[in-house]
Amino acid sequence: MTIIKTKVGRRSFLKTSAAAGGGMLIGFNWLTSCSALSKDSETVAYPNEWFEINGYLKIGDTGMVTIYSPNPEIGQNVMTSMPMIVAEELDVPWEHVVVEQGTLDADAFKNPQFAGGSLSIMMAWNALRMAGAAGRRMLMEAAAKEWGVDISNLKTSDGVISEVMGGRTIGYGEIAAKAVGIEVPDELEMKDPKDYKIIGTAKKNVEGPKIVTGKPLFGLDFKREGMKLAMIQHPPAFGMQPIDFNVDEIKAMPGITDAFIVDTTLKQPQWSDVNAFNKLVTIVGESTWQLMQAKKALKVNWEKVSEPENSEMHEKRLIADLEKGRVGASRKDGNADAAFAKAAKVIERTYTSPFMAHNTLEPQNFFANVTDTSAELIGPTQTPQALKDSVVQLLGISADNVTVDMTRIGGGFGRRLYNHAGIEAAAISKKAGVPIKLIYSREDDMTQGTYRPTYRSVYKAGLDKDNNLIAFSARGVGLPEGPIFPNRFPAGTVENYTAESVMSSTNISTGAWRAPRSHFTAGAEQSFLDEVAEAAGKDPIEFRLELFDKAKNSPVGDKYEYNADRYAGVLKLVKEKANWGTETPGVYRGVAAYFCHNSYVAQVMDVVMEKNQPKVKKVWCAVDCGILINREGAENIIQGGVVDGIGHALYSQLTFDNGSPVQSNFDTYKLIRNNQAPREIEVHFVENEISPTGLGEPGLPPAIGALASALYKATGTRLYHQPFASNDLSLNLG
Amino acid sequence: MANFTLNINGKDKQVDVDPSTPLLWVLRDHLDMVGTKYGCGIAQCGACTVHLNGNAVRACSLPVSAVASQKITTIEGLSEKGDHPVQKAWLDIDVPQCGYCQAGQMMSAAALLNSNPNPTDEDIDAAMSGNICRCGTYVRIRKAIKAASQL
Repeated sequence: MTIIKTKVGRRSFLKTSAAAGGGMLIGFNWLTSCSALSKDSETVAYPNEWFEINGYLKIGDTGMVTIYSPNPEIGQNVMTSMPMIVAEELDVPWEHVVVEQGTLDADAFKNPQFAGGSLSIMMAWNALRMAGAAGRRMLMEAAAKEWGVDISNLKTSDGVISEVMGGRTIGYGEIAAKAVGIEVPDELEMKDPKDYKIIGTAKKNVEGPKIVTGKPLFGLDFKREGMKLAMIQHPPAFGMQPIDFNVDEIKAMPGITDAFIVDTTLKQPQWSDVNAFNKLVTIVGESTWQLMQAKKALKVNWEKVSEPENSEMHEKRLIADLEKGRVGASRKDGNADAAFAKAAKVIERTYTSPFMAHNTLEPQNFFANVTDTSAELIGPTQTPQALKDSVVQLLGISADNVTVDMTRIGGGFGRRLYNHAGIEAAAISKKAGVPIKLIYSREDDMTQGTYRPTYRSVYKAGLDKDNNLIAFSARGVGLPEGPIFPNRFPAGTVENYTAESVMSSTNISTGAWRAPRSHFTAGAEQSFLDEVAEAAGKDPIEFRLELFDKAKNSPVGDKYEYNADRYAGVLKLVKEKANWGTETPGVYRGVAAYFCHNSYVAQVMDVVMEKNQPKVKKVWCAVDCGILINREGAENIIQGGVVDGIGHALYSQLTFDNGSPVQSNFDTYKLIRNNQAPREIEVHFVENEISPTGLGEPGLPPAIGALASALYKATGTRLYHQPFASNDLSLNLG
Repeated sequence: MANFTLNINGKDKQVDVDPSTPLLWVLRDHLDMVGTKYGCGIAQCGACTVHLNGNAVRACSLPVSAVASQKITTIEGLSEKGDHPVQKAWLDIDVPQCGYCQAGQMMSAAALLNSNPNPTDEDIDAAMSGNICRCGTYVRIRKAIKAASQL
C-alpha cells in the first residue's frame, strides 16, 4: 500500500483553479475521446453539465470524465499515458474518459509542466495518482453523506460507487454535483499495482482519430481571425548580426504589411533562452508564400560580431582541448596509468561525432497576441513556464497577464526546450501591433542553431594476462561541453579507473538533443566494450555481466550511478528474447546496454548483407522503466528511439563553412528513411513494481553501440567516427 | 494574382492567388485546410503529400497554376468518415508518435495501395522512402500498410 499526502505546499488537491475548467481555450480544440475507437463508445453520453472536481479533472452528469493532460505532447504520448494514471486511481473505465490538453497553470496541476529529460511520468507519478484518488474520495464522501452511511461501507468500481454491506449503487455522474468542494483527508491510499486495470495495458493514442483525419492540432495549424503571418531572416553565419535592410522595397511587395528588425535580447536570459541570433530581420504579411518571396528579395547589411568558425577548426579545437582543456566532471579510482603500464594488453580508441540538428518535422513557429498590458502565446514549447517567464521579462508586463497554451507538438527531441521562437513571436506581435503567427522555413529552422554539440572521446582499457579488465579510462570533450558521465558504468567495476569530461568553446549555439551526451557516450563506450570483450576472448554479454557482478559484490570506489541488478536484468532479458548465442549464417549481431534518464535498455541488433550492403533487419529491446503505464505507447517510443539512433549514427551531420551551416534542408542533411529502417523491432519490458521512469530518451543511446558492433561483424571494420555511412565507402550504406 | 478553380475532395474551390503559389500554401493559407503539412518546401520530406488524379504528389512543389482541372485529394478528403483502410489501419496499429508527418505518410500509402493492392516490402520501400518520419515510426507504418491491404 502506498499513502501519499494530498497537500502539495500550501495548496491541497481540492482547490480548483479558475482556469482549470477551461482547458485549452483556443477555439479549435475538440474533446479527445478515449473511446473513439472502441465498440462501446456509446456507453456514456455527452453531459449536460460538468462539475469541476480538481485541476486535473471534471465529471459530467452522465459519468463522462474529462482529464486535463498537464504536460506538452511532443510525440512521447504523455497525453495518453498521464491521463491513464489519473483514470486508474479515479477508478473509471477508460472508455468514459475524454482528454484535453491542459493550459499552463501551476495552481491547477501542482507539478512542473514540461517535456524534457524523459521526466514527465516520473515527476508526475504522485500528482497524477493523487488527482485521481482525491477525486474518487470526494465522490465517495458525497455518496456517504447522501446515503447517511460511513465511507468505510463504500467501494468503487468502473465509475460506480456501491455499498459493501447493502445494495445501493450510484454512478459518478449522478453524485458529481454533490462532490464539488468536499474536503479530502490529508493522506490517501493509492491502489496496489496488482489491482491496476488501466496502467500496464495498451491504449491507443487519444489524438489518433484527429491525426489520421488531418484535424488542426499543431502550432503551425493555428489560426486566429485577423492575425498576420510573420517570417524572420537570421544572419547567414554564426557570429553575425543585421545592421539594416531594404525595408521600403520589402514593404512594397505584394501581401507584405510590415518589416523591421526586432531585438529579443534578454537582460537575464535563462538556460532555455540560448540563442545566437537575438537581432532578426522580420517581415509581416498576409500569406506564407508572399513572405517567402519577400525573404528572397531581402538585401541585408550584416556585421561581424565574432570570428566565423568552420568544421576543420572545430576538429582541431576538439583535438587540442581534449589534451589541455579544463576538466569538468571527473572520477578516479586506483591508479589507471600504473595499471596500463603493467597490463598484458592495452586497447585505445578514439570516437567522434559531428554537430547535429534536431529537425523536428514541424518547423519552429508560435502565435502571439501582445497588447500594451497582456500577452497570449499559443504554440509548440517543451517548456511553457520558461517561455512565460522570458516573455514577462521581455515585455515588462505582469505575469498575471501572460498566458501560454500548448498545441500538439510536431516533434521535440530537445529542440523546443529553447523558446526563441515564442519570444520572437511576442516581440514581433508587440512591434507590429497585431496578433501574428511566426513561421520558420525549413532552412530557417535548420540553420538557426541550438545544435547537438560535436564530440571527441578517447577510451582506453587494460587487460591482464588472464584477460581481466584491470584498467579503464575515458576522456571526452565537446563543443562546448564534454560527453563523459564519470560515475556511470563501468565506474565501480574496475580497480583502476579514470573518467574526465573536458570543456571547450564555440560560437555555435548548442543545446540538449534527445538523450543529451548519452547518445554519443553510449555508442562510443558500448562499441569500445565490444572490442575489449573480443580482445579478452569473452562473449560481449558475459563480459558485461561479469562487470555487473563486480559492481554488485565488490564495488570499486564510493558510489556509482546505476543499479547493477537492473542493468544486468535487461541484458539477461534481451539475451533470452533474441536467443543470443545461436549463430545464423548471413546474420551479424551486435549488443549494447545503457542506463540513462532513469531507465535501463538493452538491445540486440541483427544486420544482414543485402545486395552487398549491410542492413539492420531486426532489433530486440529489453527495457526496465519500472511500472509500465501504456504498453502501446511505450513500445512505440522505444522503437522510435532505435530508428532515431540508427539513422543519426549512420547518416546525419551538420558541418560549417565560414560560420554557416553547410546543410540547410533534407536534400543535404540526411535523415533515415523507411527503406533504411529495420523491418522489425521487438520490445520487451521487465515486470516490476518500481515507481515508473521515462522512455522518451533511453531507447536511443544503446542503438548506436549495438549498430556499430553488428556492422563490425558484418564488414570486419570497426566504426569510430559518425556518420558511419561516410567512414568506409565500401559499406556504401547510402 | 489570378483566379483559379480547384477541384478539391470532390468540391470546386475558388482562390485568388499568385500563380506561382504552391498548392500546399493555397490549401493551408487560403482554404484553411491544414491537414496537409509543410516540412521542407523542396519535395524531400513528403509531409505535404496529396493526390493529383489519384497519384501521390508533393504539394509544396506544385504551383497552383499547374493544377488546372486535375482532381486533388487531401487527407481531409481521403474518406468521408475517417474510415479509409489506411486510416483504420493507422489507428489499429497506433502508428503516430508526434503525428506531424502521418497525413503525408497515409496519402503516400493510400496511393500505393490504390495502384498495388498487395505491395511487397520492396514496393513499400520504393513508395514510402520519400516520406520522412522524424520520430521513426517506420516499422509501424510498414505494418499498417500491410494491414490496410487486407481490409
